[in-house]
Amino acid sequence: MSDFPSYNFAYLDEQTKRMIRRSILKAIATPGYQVPFASREMPMPYGWGTGGVQVTAAILGRDDVLKVIDQGADDTTNAVSIRKFFEKTSGVRTTTSTPEASIIQTRHRIPEAPLREGQVLVYQVPIPEPLRFLEPRETETRRMHALEDYGVMHVKLYEDISRHGHIATSYAYPVKVAGRYVMDPSPTPKFDNPKMNDCPALQLFGAGREKRIYAVPPYTSVISLDFEDHPFERTKFDNVCALCGSTNTFLDEVVMNDEGARMYVCSDTDYCEQHRGDRKETGA
Amino acid sequence: MYVAVKGGEKAIDNAHQLLASERRGNPAVPEISTDQIREQMTLAVARVMAEGSLYAPDLAALAIKQARGDLIEAIFLLRAFRTTLPRFGESMPVNTAAMQVRRRVSAVFKDIPGGQVLGPTFDYTHRLLDPRLGQSGDPAPPPRAEGAAPFEAPHVLGLLDREGLIERAPAGPDAGEAQDITRTPLSFPADRQTRLQTLARGDEGFLLALAYSTQRGYGRTHPFAGEIRVGEAELYFMAPELGFEVPLGEIVLTECEMVNQFQGGADEAPRFTRGYGCVFGQSERKAMSMALVDRSLRAAELGESAGAPAQDEEFVMSHCDNVQATGFVEHLKLPHYVDFQAELALVRQLRREWRDAREAPVESTTTRPSKGEAAQ
Repeated sequence: MSDFPSYNFAYLDEQTKRMIRRSILKAIATPGYQVPFASREMPMPYGWGTGGVQVTAAILGRDDVLKVIDQGADDTTNAVSIRKFFEKTSGVRTTTSTPEASIIQTRHRIPEAPLREGQVLVYQVPIPEPLRFLEPRETETRRMHALEDYGVMHVKLYEDISRHGHIATSYAYPVKVAGRYVMDPSPTPKFDNPKMNDCPALQLFGAGREKRIYAVPPYTSVISLDFEDHPFERTKFDNVCALCGSTNTFLDEVVMNDEGARMYVCSDTDYCEQHRGDRKETGA
Repeated sequence: MYVAVKGGEKAIDNAHQLLASERRGNPAVPEISTDQIREQMTLAVARVMAEGSLYAPDLAALAIKQARGDLIEAIFLLRAFRTTLPRFGESMPVNTAAMQVRRRVSAVFKDIPGGQVLGPTFDYTHRLLDPRLGQSGDPAPPPRAEGAAPFEAPHVLGLLDREGLIERAPAGPDAGEAQDITRTPLSFPADRQTRLQTLARGDEGFLLALAYSTQRGYGRTHPFAGEIRVGEAELYFMAPELGFEVPLGEIVLTECEMVNQFQGGADEAPRFTRGYGCVFGQSERKAMSMALVDRSLRAAELGESAGAPAQDEEFVMSHCDNVQATGFVEHLKLPHYVDFQAELALVRQLRREWRDAREAPVESTTTRPSKGEAAQ
C-alpha cells in the first residue's frame, strides 16, 4: 500500500476543471440548454450534490467566499458536509451570510436576500430534464428541445387546470429561459421562481449523475410557464415566521409535539437571523 | 416530544465515530486485515475491482474493509479514488487467446483444442454448509498434473469462424480511438464498444436479472456458452517515446463468448452471432450476463424486433451503474422539506377546494360535471 493519496485544490484535477469550465461557458452562451459534460465520480454519492460540487470546484478560486445551503439552511447535514468538503480540499473562506458569499451552492432553495452582480448561485440538480416525466427517453427529449416542441408540457399544465382548477405543480415548476429553452429550475419551490428572472447573479446548474450543466446568465428572462387566463401564481403563506416575523418568506412547518402543534419558521436560516437582528435594532 | 429541526456538524462527527466503532465490531475478536480480505475474499475483491473499474487488489481489499463488507459502498470508494487518477493513455488490446488459462469451459463442443479445464469452480460442489470451515485449518494441497506446462488454448469461437459459421468479431477501435466512458458523457445511440465499457462496470445483479429476462422470453437470443475462460492475461502499453510495447503486468480476467441465434437473408448465408462479456477477476456470472445483454442490445443492428427491456439501450445503459443508482435512490434520505412543504400547501388547498365544492349548494344535479367529463 502506497502513500496516502493527495488531492488537488478543490479536489478535482485541473484538466477536469477546464473541461467543466468549457461546458459552463457553453451553457452560459446558450441559456437554459443542457450541456452534456464528462461528470466525474465524486467522493459523495450521486443524488447528493455531485453536479453542484463539480461546478463549484471548477469555478472556485482562492479568494472566493463560499456559502452552502440545503433546504435554505446552512446547518442541514448535507450542507455541512459539502461545506466541510470544500474547507478541507480548498481551504477557502466559508460563510453563512448571503451578501458576503461570492459563490453559493444550494439545494432546493434560492436565498431570500436579493443576489447581486458578481455572485454565482450553483444549484444541485437531480433530474435536469423538465420533460423527463412526460417523455422518459433522452433521444426524444433532446429532439423536442431542438425543435422547441414543448406542446406536451403545455398539455400537462392544461390537464392540471381541467382537473384541479389550477396548475398543480408546487416545485420544480418549469420555466422558459431567454424565450427559447424550457428549463427545470431544479426542485426549488415555485415560490422561488420569480427570483430567477432578471437576476443580477450568474446561475449555474450542475447535474452529476445525469452529466448535464446548464446556466442562466445575469439579467436573463426566466418566465414560469402559464396561460393568459391562468397566470403563474407564487405560493403564499397564511402564516408568519415565528422567529423573525417575516411575512414574505418561504416557511418550513415544524411539528412541535405529537398533538399536532405547529410552528412556522423561515427556511432561509441566514435571512431569518438577519431579520431577527434588524427587528431588535429597530425595536430598541 | 420535541422534534429536532435541523442536524449539524456535531451529529455528523459523532455518527462517523460510531460508524468506525461498528465497523470494528467486538474488539475481543481479532481485527480482519486487508491482506486477509485480498487473499480470502478474492471474489468480493474481484467484483469491487470490476465495478469500481480499477484493477487494484490492495485498494479493493481496503475498500471492502472500510465499507464493512458492503460491496457497492466499496465499489463507490474505489471509483471515487479512481476518478482522481491521471489518465496516461490506453493499453494495447489484451490478447485473451494467449491468456494463462486456469479455467476454461465450452458448452458447445465436447472436447476442444487445449481441453476443457474445470479449474476452481463452485459449479459441481454440493451446497452443504461445511462445519469444518468454522474452525481454522488449511485445506489439502490441490493435486497437480504431472509435468503440467502452459498450453495453447485458442478461442473456441475461432473454430466456428474458420468455417464461416459465425459472424466475424468486429475489429476493435484503433489506438487512441476508444471512447472512455469516464471521460465522455454518454449519448444515444451508443456504439458497441461504449455499451461494452458500460456493461463491464455495470451492476452484476442488474445485468444478471436482465440476462435472465432474455432467457425467459423478454427478447430471446437463443444463447450457447461458446466459451468461458478465466486466467491471467498480460497487459501491454505502447510507450510512444520508446517506440515499443512495455509489459505492465498481469491481470486476472474472465471472458465469455456466447454463440447466439443465427440469421441470414437473401444476401447472406445463415450464421451464428456473438455476444461478448469480459470482466476483471473471476466472475463468470457477470461475464455471462454481460454477454447475454450485449447480444440483446444488438437487436436493432441485427434487424430484430426490439421491445424487451434488455434490448433497450437507453434503459439498460442509464440504469446499470450501481454507484449512480444507489446514490440517487438513497438521496431520498436527504431532507426534502422545502418541496414537501410546497406539496403540503398544495394538497391542503386542493382538499379545501374539494370540500368547498362539495358543500356548495348545487343548483341542479345535471350541471355538475361527472368525473369523466372533467377529465376531458
